[in-house]
Amino acid sequence: MKVLVPVKRVIDYNVKVRVKADGTDVDLANVKMSMNPFDEIAVEEAVRMKEGGKATEVVVVSCGATACQETLRAALALGADRAILVESDVALQPLAVAKLLKAVVAKEAPGMVVCGKQAIDDDSNQVGQMLAALLGWPQATFASKVTLGDNNVTVTREIDGGLETLELKLPAVVTTDLRLNEPRYATLPNIMKAKKKPLETLKPDALGVDVTPRLKTLKVAEPPKRAGGVKVADVAQLVDKLKNEAKVLG
Amino acid sequence: MSILVIAEHDNSALKAATLNTVAAAARLGGDIHVLLAGSGCGAAAAAAAQLAGVSKVKVADAACYADMSAENMSTLVVAQAAGYSHILAPSTSFGKNLAPRVAALLDVAQISDIIEVVSADTFVRPIYAGNALATVQSVDAVKVITVRTTAFDPVGQGGSAAVESIAAGADQGLSKLVGRELTKSARPELGAAGTIVSGGRGLGNGENYHKLLEPLADKLGAALGASRAAVDAGFVPNDYQVGQTGKIVAPQLYIAIGISGAIQHLAGMKDSKVIVAINKDPDAPIFQVADYGLVGDLFQLVPELTAAL
Ligand SMILES: Cc1cc2nc3c(=O)[nH]c(=O)nc-3n(C[C@H](O)[C@H](O)[C@H](O)COP(=O)(O)OP(=O)(O)OC[C@H]3O[C@@H](n4cnc5c(N)ncnc54)[C@H](O)[C@@H]3O)c2cc1C
Ligand SMILES: Nc1ncnc2c1ncn2[C@@H]1O[C@H](COP(=O)(O)O)[C@@H](O)[C@H]1O
Repeated sequence: MKVLVPVKRVIDYNVKVRVKADGTDVDLANVKMSMNPFDEIAVEEAVRMKEGGKATEVVVVSCGATACQETLRAALALGADRAILVESDVALQPLAVAKLLKAVVAKEAPGMVVCGKQAIDDDSNQVGQMLAALLGWPQATFASKVTLGDNNVTVTREIDGGLETLELKLPAVVTTDLRLNEPRYATLPNIMKAKKKPLETLKPDALGVDVTPRLKTLKVAEPPKRAGGVKVADVAQLVDKLKNEAKVLG
Repeated sequence: MSILVIAEHDNSALKAATLNTVAAAARLGGDIHVLLAGSGCGAAAAAAAQLAGVSKVKVADAACYADMSAENMSTLVVAQAAGYSHILAPSTSFGKNLAPRVAALLDVAQISDIIEVVSADTFVRPIYAGNALATVQSVDAVKVITVRTTAFDPVGQGGSAAVESIAAGADQGLSKLVGRELTKSARPELGAAGTIVSGGRGLGNGENYHKLLEPLADKLGAALGASRAAVDAGFVPNDYQVGQTGKIVAPQLYIAIGISGAIQHLAGMKDSKVIVAINKDPDAPIFQVADYGLVGDLFQLVPELTAAL
């Protein structure tokens, strides 16, 4: 079975973004970019399926600008076999990404798609669910455990009240949560090997997908700042402040 | 203009998040209908009919909605979608699982986690872990939205909506529930709690977490929360996680104990009314958002605080 893993190039999770002075967007100039952390977890899971003899090939796909090649190479260095770049200079929104991925699925016929649950830039948490809907496939979002059977996959999901386990018919879409696995680090030899792995480039037009944005960003602003930073000397002073100043204790 | 709110419930009662979602719908202005699907869900439907501002409750009561799977729920919502300009769900694990599926089937964008309604087609939502707020305008005919519950005060009672049964769809048969392991707790729900005591890696292990934080939470009638590090290390279950990729909370009082204040954690709690931090590192970033910071060893300070209350 082939496993397809969509990976997004996003701002590195350690970087605190700044809003541009003109309020049009955040400033990504000279900012460190990385693979979306949830997608690293997705690549790791797919690679483990292959290492465990459950998957035959791991194909990674990224939609976006040419620079996404870096993200794809990083995924290849983690053990993916092959990469596809769907190249577009349009800012792609989740519905457009899901449609592009659907077209890639039609070409590649994977038995399963493993996505991240959420891109840490737009914080949408949509693509996996949208892709599953467009394909008419079952979905298991927020996975913390994935067990592949012959014609089905059993997934434990992290939900608000605790955990839920579903059994899905294959093919299916799974989205990863933080505790699914701990992704490995790419070793230098694997980074070298990744440079030689195949990377194919496709265009949205050729896939027959209209990627016109449906949402227009009118403004991007800084959130209100908290006036924090006050220290209290001891527990007695804390309790006094909470009672008499903040009035949050009876 | 008519708005459809997808109710989150457990058949016998509504989840609190439904009340916040109806509140967001009220900001849009228009007729508010609630769609409630479940199995044996009459009590929850009756509760929905009493929500202020709701004019109709559409109920699909059938075995295929017992698990509330996204596959079966989304086809039902789409079958009911005609005539609605907005479809709203709470931004909870239930709503996030469902709403994108509905949007894709309707071929429209989904607008995630709104914190403000600017107008019928324009909304504010946090991006980049809440480090920026985007004002977005939808060009789609139907707006499928998830609502950040902490940004909208819950609606009250006092409604008397008509309850209407609607036809159930066919079971898609794509997925099946094997089981649920729900965390049992007598404490308030994290998302709706007035006070939260939250613990991080600084507590060292699960035993310390419980030994130190439970007596404090008991005194305060608080819910318990945690950082990702505390959940990853197994101190507490996953549903305790507060943050960008966990639960978003905004209680009256949030007490962060042994939590450094990574941006991903701050994203989940920085809209709390009052933040208290207890940390031995005076330079921990949590102090930058704390109204009251107490520098010192939590193993000494937490029992002292508990005793002082
Ligand atoms: C994709 C992604 C998503 C994430 N999502 C989330 C999320 O939703 N929520 C979240 O919380 N994190 C999230 N994180 C993780 C986040 O980046 C931090 O790693 C995490 O919040 C750190 O948890 P912590 O503060 O408990 O641990 P640490 O950063 O290790 O901090 C422990 C603190 O305890 C203090 N301490 C230690 N001993 C004592 C003592 N005896 N007395 C007093 N203080 C003491 C230390 O000074 C330190 O400040 C995410 C990360 C990624 C990459
Ligand atoms: N441009 C993209 N290219 C490839 N995969 C993507 C892209 N955008 C989102 N994804 C996938 O969809 C997941 C959820 O993203 P989102 O719905 O944007 O939060 C990510 O973790 C990726 O796996």
